[in-house]
Amino acid sequence: MKRYSVFAIAREAARYHSGWSRAWKSPVPQKKYDVVIIGAGGHGLATAFYLGKNFGITNVAIIEKGWLGGGNTGRNTTIIRSNYLQDPSAAIYEKARSLYETMSQDLNYNVMFSPRGVMMLAQTEHEVRGYKRTAHANALQGVSTEFISADRVKELAPIINISGPRYPVLGALWQERGGTARHDAVAWGYARACSDMGMDILQKCEVTGVRSIGGKVVGVDTTKGAIDCEKLAIVVAGNSGDIARMAGFRLPMESVALQALVSEPIKPALDVVVMANTVHGYMSQSDKGEMVIGGGTDAYNNYTQRGGFHHIEETVRALVETFPMISRLKMLRQWGGIVDVTGDRSPIIGTTPLGNCFINCGWGTGGFKSIPGGGWATAELIAKGTPGPLCAEFGLNRFTEGRFIDESVAAGVAH
Amino acid sequence: MSTRLATHGRLLDKSRPLTFTFNGKSFKGVEGDTLASALLANDQMMIGRSFKYHRPRGLVASGAEEPNGLVNMGEGGKFEPNQRVTTTELFDGLTCKSQNHWPSLDYDIGAINNHMARFMPAGFYYKTFMFPRFAWKHVFEPVIRMSAGLGNAPKDRDADTYEHFYAFVDVLVIGGGVAGLQAAKAAGDAGAKVLLIEQTAHWGGRAAVDGGTVDGVPVQAFIDATIDALDAMPNVQMRHRMMGAGVYDHGYVLGYERLTDHAPKTAGPRHRLWRICAAQTITATGALERGLSFAGNDIPGVLLASAVRDYAVNFGVSVGDRTVVVTNNDDAYRTAISLKEAGLDVPVILDARPTGGGALADAARALGIRVENGKAIASVQGGKRVTGVAICDQAGEGAVLEEIRCDCVAMSGGWSPVVHLWSHCGGKLNWDDDAVHFRPDPDRPPTGAKGEAFVITAGNASGEMDLHSVLQDADKAGKSAAKASGHAPTRTAAPTGESAPEAVMMAIWLMPHGAPIKLRAKSWLDYQNDVKVSDIQLAAQEGYESVEHAKRYTTLGMATDQGKLSNINGLATLANALDAEIPQVGTTTFRPPYTPISMGAIGGEARGDIFQPIRRTPMQGWHEANNGDFEPVGHWRRVFCYPKADETREQAAHREVLATRASLGLLDASTLGKIIVKGPDAGKFLDMLYTNMMSTLKPGRCRYGLMCSENGFLMDDGVVARIDDDTFLCHTTTGGAERIHAHMEEWLQTEWWDWQVYAANVTEQYAQIAVVGPNARKLLQKLTDEDVSNDAFSFMGWSDLTLGHIKARVFRISFSGELSYEIAVSASQGRALWDRLLVAGKEFGVTPYGTEALHIMRAEKGFIMIGDETDGTVIPQDLGLNWAISKKKTDYLGKRAQQRSHMADPDRWKLVGLKTLDGGTLPDGAYIVGEGVNANGQRRVIGRVTSTYHSPTLGYGIAFALLLHGPDRMGEVVNVAMIDDVDVPAQVCDLVFFDKDGEKQNV
Repeated sequence: MKRYSVFAIAREAARYHSGWSRAWKSPVPQKKYDVVIIGAGGHGLATAFYLGKNFGITNVAIIEKGWLGGGNTGRNTTIIRSNYLQDPSAAIYEKARSLYETMSQDLNYNVMFSPRGVMMLAQTEHEVRGYKRTAHANALQGVSTEFISADRVKELAPIINISGPRYPVLGALWQERGGTARHDAVAWGYARACSDMGMDILQKCEVTGVRSIGGKVVGVDTTKGAIDCEKLAIVVAGNSGDIARMAGFRLPMESVALQALVSEPIKPALDVVVMANTVHGYMSQSDKGEMVIGGGTDAYNNYTQRGGFHHIEETVRALVETFPMISRLKMLRQWGGIVDVTGDRSPIIGTTPLGNCFINCGWGTGGFKSIPGGGWATAELIAKGTPGPLCAEFGLNRFTEGRFIDESVAAGVAH
Repeated sequence: MSTRLATHGRLLDKSRPLTFTFNGKSFKGVEGDTLASALLANDQMMIGRSFKYHRPRGLVASGAEEPNGLVNMGEGGKFEPNQRVTTTELFDGLTCKSQNHWPSLDYDIGAINNHMARFMPAGFYYKTFMFPRFAWKHVFEPVIRMSAGLGNAPKDRDADTYEHFYAFVDVLVIGGGVAGLQAAKAAGDAGAKVLLIEQTAHWGGRAAVDGGTVDGVPVQAFIDATIDALDAMPNVQMRHRMMGAGVYDHGYVLGYERLTDHAPKTAGPRHRLWRICAAQTITATGALERGLSFAGNDIPGVLLASAVRDYAVNFGVSVGDRTVVVTNNDDAYRTAISLKEAGLDVPVILDARPTGGGALADAARALGIRVENGKAIASVQGGKRVTGVAICDQAGEGAVLEEIRCDCVAMSGGWSPVVHLWSHCGGKLNWDDDAVHFRPDPDRPPTGAKGEAFVITAGNASGEMDLHSVLQDADKAGKSAAKASGHAPTRTAAPTGESAPEAVMMAIWLMPHGAPIKLRAKSWLDYQNDVKVSDIQLAAQEGYESVEHAKRYTTLGMATDQGKLSNINGLATLANALDAEIPQVGTTTFRPPYTPISMGAIGGEARGDIFQPIRRTPMQGWHEANNGDFEPVGHWRRVFCYPKADETREQAAHREVLATRASLGLLDASTLGKIIVKGPDAGKFLDMLYTNMMSTLKPGRCRYGLMCSENGFLMDDGVVARIDDDTFLCHTTTGGAERIHAHMEEWLQTEWWDWQVYAANVTEQYAQIAVVGPNARKLLQKLTDEDVSNDAFSFMGWSDLTLGHIKARVFRISFSGELSYEIAVSASQGRALWDRLLVAGKEFGVTPYGTEALHIMRAEKGFIMIGDETDGTVIPQDLGLNWAISKKKTDYLGKRAQQRSHMADPDRWKLVGLKTLDGGTLPDGAYIVGEGVNANGQRRVIGRVTSTYHSPTLGYGIAFALLLHGPDRMGEVVNVAMIDDVDVPAQVCDLVFFDKDGEKQNV
């Protein structure tokens, strides 16, 4: 792999960049791999990367029905934070956040992690109490957050209207080292590193069946033929239910559309990420200058990767009220992704009824921010066959035991 | 130079001059101009700078596809960035400024990027800026952010208003060109209810510019006659300046009407967002011309051929004095002919096709224009304005044959149907090899819930490119849509169109065919985002082969025009680089809106005070007049406390608690949820809903109940009163009313649909006032003759009483531990009762109190609060509420869940009271820590504070906490962790801090 650097760019400029090699190969599938990962999104690629990096397992195929990074990895609002309430959540999201800090250097691919700070506005007394609780919990979890005053909110984000007539801002939970990253680059950086380790990323290759014998997976059928494996990982977010059905088990999960939108680009006006859960909206400004806006999930199950306009309306209305200046910006584009939501809004990372089949899903609206942490934990799970400390609490059995990890109390709707 | 022609200008009213300013310079225009045509008329070719390299940018197009002509427009509360000049109608006094440069349009520091362009190909930023690590946030990113972005950020609050409209029609026709007009007429003739919308201020689209005849008369006469006919139809509504923004599932279409953008002094809303439900939608959205990829095609003065023609014919503006036309199709000849007819010079037409054009080419030659077949542009000369072109063979590698001086290049790469609206909701496309474009596949349309097609295309948007077939197709579309929406179409024939026949075009994706890298690196695809042919080729070389990867890696089509101009050329370039067919590469996803729409319009009327509905209790006016300090609770605004002069909120709440406990308090409890559950199976239903037994409750009595989710978690609580055998009244929390009602309905409608029960949310039908304190009974007795003594009206009973002339239902229940009555009256009499209670209570020093006093009093008495003690993870057993869980019932919602291993775990945290050793008040949300560390090496958490207050009654801090083995730790001192401070010790105690035996309540 040719290392990326400013010097490499200078060298290539002299010959009009004709010497750059492929970021990832486009291989023909082998008959068999040690590990097959279904899904070349952020979590699938990160799982593969840490399998190679942490455990030396590189005979790996990552199978993708579309283009790598084309699902929720390439559709989210790129927010990274770890100010979660429950201990297991804070642990895995903080692991992810800390890996984001060095991801560009680790992958030799600039993913533009920008710890510009994330604030979650408190606009009711109830929210104030809730975020103060989260601040207390985070202090004990080693996650650096603080509850800040409305004046400090205004200082950090001058375009916020903190004294609106309906929901004046009372304060905010502030995570200074939260921020954003370039979502596509995360997928591409992992893909390049995985390909460099000799792993096969098989794009436009759809899984059509999961073959198992005696409670163990032996391989998958795909549109590019049968592929055998020693171990299988299902990392397909919104389509987890489908693949699980092929494998013969069911998941406590629903797939719904989560929509987002961007404005036309303007000069810098907002340096931090702002989430307003009472009014259901969140916003940050991309390096390109677009206001990146998201809200809650649609209220009905859906696989179409688009959603109803009323939700966009609700989100924009909330943000026009919170940031009056955006009223005179224009919405450039809206889109949707299919998120996989569990009953307690926390992910599933663990073993399945099939002994050598593992699953990583259920991230709901928190998938992007958790990519490196989820990949790290899933790689350990696959390599060792049993969950490590990061994902021990996230197994499927928590639903039968009633051991929920409920974040809805702290996160409201938004991620 | 660009200038105004003496003749031409079919859309202008030259008798009405207008003035406007650009970068502070005063310019003249006329009524009917767009801002673009007016700028050109004043020879202002250069309008902005590109996004990445800050290259000079001039107009390319004349419509919605314009990528370059964006300005900061207006001032103060009317300021708007990124206003597209080609779709902005000029008005008197318009002010605008160019964007994305510093210090000025002509001299831009950012243009240094242009000289560095070689080092900044597609995706270069993914390969560098990585060291040192902190530098991204602190050095590189801020510089990139400053350089990126386009227009300025608005600073002031929007001075305009917006509104939403709804429309329900049989047939919606989007696009008011000849196709749209004909489709609307055909549907209207059939009797369908039609809405016809057009994004510009003019009907007829391009047809009048392009010429031709319909049924033997000039096309303009046909347009005028059709508009008159449509105007006369009562079942047809026409709106111009209204764009079809998006098509959504089930035939829901978004319309975006710009009401006052062209006349900002007009009163009324600026934009109107239409939510249209149409049985059938016809997209008559026309087609957009594509550019050609040759070196220097981004230099100001290179425009689409159709745009050059539009400016001349519609606006009487010559883009240049000498215009070189370069094309791969016949249509561009129309531009040459128009220019020639306007007296302008066309030194040469370069037709890349070896065999050249057809009848229009002959017509051009007949006017004396030089036509060169098989020729191409090797490069355009010029910096901030075109000065000439170098000509080469299309088939070669760019060897220059000749240089020609010119100040304008009119290019045409063919036309692409506008398929956006067709595609928004899943309509599929076919690649048409002959016409060289994607066209809608009528066999794979967007479909509704029953699998029926709900979008039909018409005219150019179908891929029909000549006038006659446009009219035929549109007529058919109109009739089909009418029929599909239940109206029999007429048998009248479609009009006959006649226009010049056109020779077949040729796909040209790079000019010249063998252009070397030096030329390819100067051949622009996306003008705004600075994406060149070489960038797409680099993406392909580096493995970004999916069209989505290439788009995202190069930013092709991600500019404010969303690739209207660049996408087809870009993906053809990608296909060539991959040696694949264009349809295999496919398109990126078309997403709404068609062109950007204002956030203000999306938000509509809902802002400020009416951002969300406000729910008011009947007593709200009194609270407002008496200094109520409000807090939002759902859509209600409840009084937190009533501070008197100089009082803090805390002092006010404490005063209210003490006054109530000493004598008499009054609470507006109207917001509490009230749901009537009625029917023969009502008792059975409530037994399933609540953890305790409700069916055994006697009429006239009340019972406190708990409701759990299927997962066993406590979701709401409240007092249930049995009104009669069939009727219960369920009180819920304020925030829970709608949720609990929906919860009831969900079970009744999906699981127990055969049970005879109805649930009705009557929250707003009643005003409810809590009369609380030792003197509560005396006050009540003052208002009624009936016996309200403890014997006649005992605790947890209810009674219908007449208070004065007001009929009331009085519940003797208490959330404060005091003698207490909650009086419900019809909402219309709430204020009257409130006033009467205040007057009658005067002798007892009656004190209205707010939610904070309510919370403090309930905490003093050990009562839980949903949302404080519960957070979706707490079961009633955690809160010591086992007494409210029936052991006799075989089932209730949550019962099975509560038997799961973790739910029955003795190590679950249980609710206890906490008192600090020094009487201080614990902070909200603090955690209790034990000895040792957890698996992560962090302090071991053994509990958390759920509620904490200073008790004015007791004079010290009280708190509730969920604590590991809590009830077994009575008297033990535990440590409460502080953020960045030493732990605070607190003693575990009973939950009930005050009047444990209920002596005050049960009198």
